[in-house]
Amino acid sequence: MNQNPTPQTGHDTGDYVTVNIGPSHPAMHGTLRVVALTDGESLKKVDPEIGYLHRGVEKLGESLTYHQFIPITDRLNYCSAIPNNVSYEMAVEKLMGVEVPEKAQLIRVIMMELARIADHQVCIGILGVDLGAFTPFFYLIIQREEIYEIFEWFNGARLTNTFGRIGGVDADLPDDFEQRWEELKPNVRKANDETEKLLTHNRIWMDRTIGVSAFSAEDALNWGFTGPCLRACGVKRDLRIDEPYCMYDKFKFEVPVGKNGDVFDRYIVRMIEMEESLKIIDQAYKLYKEMPADAPLMARVPKVIKPPAGEVYSALESPNGELGFFVKSDGSAKPYRIRIRPPCFMIYQAFPELVEGELIADLVACLSSLNVIAGELDR
Amino acid sequence: MDDWLIAIIKVVGIWVWVLLIAVVMTWVERRGAALIQDRPGPNRAGPFGLFQPLADGIKLFTKEEIIPTNAQKLLYIMGPLLFSLPAFSAYAVVPFGDKIILGGKEIILQVSDVNVGFLYILAIGSMGVYGVILGGWGSNNKYSILGGLRSTAQMVSYEVPLGLALLGIVFVYGTFSLRDISLAQQGTFLGFLPNWGIFKQPLGFILFIVAAYAEANRVPFDLPEAESEIVSGYHTEYGSMRLGLYLFGEYVNLVTISGIIVALYFGSWHMPYIDLGAYLGPISWGIVSFCIFFLKVSFFLWMFVWVRWTLPRFRYDQVMGLGWRGLIPLALFNIFITALFIQLTV
Amino acid sequence: MDLKKRVEQCLGPDNLVVSMIECQGDLSVEVPKRSVVDVMRLLRDTPDLGFNFLSDLFGVDNLDLNKPKKKPTKKTEEGAETEEEPEEKGPFPPRYEVVYLLLCLERNERLQVKVRVEESDMEVDTLTPVWKAANWPEREVFDMFGIRFKGHPNLKRLLMWDDFPAHPLRKDYPLEGQGEERHLIYDD
Repeated sequence: MNQNPTPQTGHDTGDYVTVNIGPSHPAMHGTLRVVALTDGESLKKVDPEIGYLHRGVEKLGESLTYHQFIPITDRLNYCSAIPNNVSYEMAVEKLMGVEVPEKAQLIRVIMMELARIADHQVCIGILGVDLGAFTPFFYLIIQREEIYEIFEWFNGARLTNTFGRIGGVDADLPDDFEQRWEELKPNVRKANDETEKLLTHNRIWMDRTIGVSAFSAEDALNWGFTGPCLRACGVKRDLRIDEPYCMYDKFKFEVPVGKNGDVFDRYIVRMIEMEESLKIIDQAYKLYKEMPADAPLMARVPKVIKPPAGEVYSALESPNGELGFFVKSDGSAKPYRIRIRPPCFMIYQAFPELVEGELIADLVACLSSLNVIAGELDR
Repeated sequence: MDDWLIAIIKVVGIWVWVLLIAVVMTWVERRGAALIQDRPGPNRAGPFGLFQPLADGIKLFTKEEIIPTNAQKLLYIMGPLLFSLPAFSAYAVVPFGDKIILGGKEIILQVSDVNVGFLYILAIGSMGVYGVILGGWGSNNKYSILGGLRSTAQMVSYEVPLGLALLGIVFVYGTFSLRDISLAQQGTFLGFLPNWGIFKQPLGFILFIVAAYAEANRVPFDLPEAESEIVSGYHTEYGSMRLGLYLFGEYVNLVTISGIIVALYFGSWHMPYIDLGAYLGPISWGIVSFCIFFLKVSFFLWMFVWVRWTLPRFRYDQVMGLGWRGLIPLALFNIFITALFIQLTV
Repeated sequence: MDLKKRVEQCLGPDNLVVSMIECQGDLSVEVPKRSVVDVMRLLRDTPDLGFNFLSDLFGVDNLDLNKPKKKPTKKTEEGAETEEEPEEKGPFPPRYEVVYLLLCLERNERLQVKVRVEESDMEVDTLTPVWKAANWPEREVFDMFGIRFKGHPNLKRLLMWDDFPAHPLRKDYPLEGQGEERHLIYDD
């Protein structure tokens, strides 16, 4: 079927050399592994191998109670844990038919958008590092630290937030959120501006990214792309608008779309999304301030959560794309089956198609622009 | 006897001096990166972290030397030596000041004023590639070989525009000796422009500096050691002082390149518009000319750091394209224009 | 017209609907295993359905659900109403199911399509010709449940290593594992 056999390490055939990239390699974020059949610098065949970070999250979920599973979801996309938590909570709430109070929804929106900014900052920073531009990484990562400061001071954790509870959130925004936010916002914008100045119109950057691993919209849909990678291909698809959850329909924001679906478009889409997220947080906080101070934060849910038997799928727009949870209950206190639909699982399977025929340096650029997080890829 | 003594002092002195600059450069590189990137950088060892290179050196010297099992031992050991020796010897023809008169003896501030200085630099400079390719080959590692191949292709390609760019300077000044060229850069031409190489060969200067960055394997041409693509290229398998020699050789190369840039294009030890040598005594002018030269060199050393932390990296095919399709035609054009101009004016 | 009717209209004439369940607004359709690819093509190409996006594909092991229920210790009402009658010991539904999550991008509608897989015949037709996105999820289902996909281009284990002896997401596989070890073979 394939002209070239599946590459295996240690088997160099004829004109081609097999290069084993990863799982311990500076550009293989986390623990990805790519076995590539190369002809000099160009890639003839690429075989991504995953599973090095497989921890059996779905199996674990079947032995934990509904609430105990929330900390496990932190470990999926560890660059932005909050959307994972909220996505899972939303799935269970949907299964139970619980309506979450508006104030809790707004807090979720604020926190999720902060997490989205943090995630995009890491992604763009790492993309820069992988293309040899080290400096923007620091500009962005300093601001990410500031966002993590807000998380830490909100619930004591920086990376693995375990945010919210099933039925709402456990704590209100602290009193000086506004002050912190007003301090943070210009700094994030400034860091983004500096990054834009260093990268966007840089001739080398454009040469390295424009047209690299371009993907058509049909291919992207066929391969199950979601999130910024799909939008970069020119498909205007954002669950926040298309299937509004958490009051997203009340906010005004743009959904950026690219044209060619190449590395540059993914980068630009992420840059614009950060700006839009800042706007969403502003609007959400304005709505939040209009709420009475003693508005409820939690819906009425029992202490021991026993949803009725049934199965639901609920998804939200995580920074990487559609992050969905399928929860099947048999009526007991533990979920019967939890299936996580990680966005980069679908995206990463198209990786050979994206990079075959290009150069090794493009493989690295493509991989970082897809923002593949091993935690949610392997689960 | 005196001549021998002076020669030995000059050789040892300039060797130590270049090494010292290279050592300080490692500190400048890290602190400079920190400055650009909004972070403190190494600041624990000594004042402003100035002893950091010392600590690094001690670490590199005392680390265990590991030769990979499957490496080709001879080549593996020769790699770093072949890389660093040319680097250390290239500075011999680059001046570091005008001259100093001690006890009635005129001492030129240059290890050796060879009348084919250019050719010596080009010859020695291209030797370094052997260290890279042998290191890459001898390590028996695919990433190392890729790095070695990239480096070879790149260095061979960029030697051509480098040499062609230098040819323009030779046309203008009519000599291969770096000291003669330096001396010729005093004064002004057209009434207001300093008599510097950059004003006489602006295109040649741009070509030279681009090719020099590529020869030095510096960003944006650091493909042979692109850490995100091929781990560390040819020095992936190296450790301890062998790695140290590679890294160190690179910084010595930077010093040499900066010295050449200053000597050829930036008026060497001359100040623009002022002939300080006419006002100062022979000894003080020697020292002042050395300082002026060094200040100019430091600027270009800083520029290496500055560029490194600003630009992304080229891709392999783009580097080759730039070299063969961009720089070489431009360099030929530059030579043509220069020759035409000289033909018409002289 | 609501989704349920449209799906019925589309699949009903060919007797392709085994059952239809709605849970909290999520519609799920069970279809016969042998015609799953046809169903997918129909769902994708019928104009008023247009499920053109495969969102996810995964397996479920119903071993514990199929076991005869013990007397519930607590008398919760939710538990009682959905339980199948304990005395109904007869033929249980097939043990595994493969669930396909489809999405219509134009109307933002979602549909779960299910096929039941018998333990005696663990083979389902692959969906990769219809959606390339089915590639890895099918490998994962094979990895985790041992359900084979006929015609899949590269049906290897995805997350576990190649000679892993069991299928970990099956309900009879212990949470702690069974002490499998991976023996790495290094070539010279």
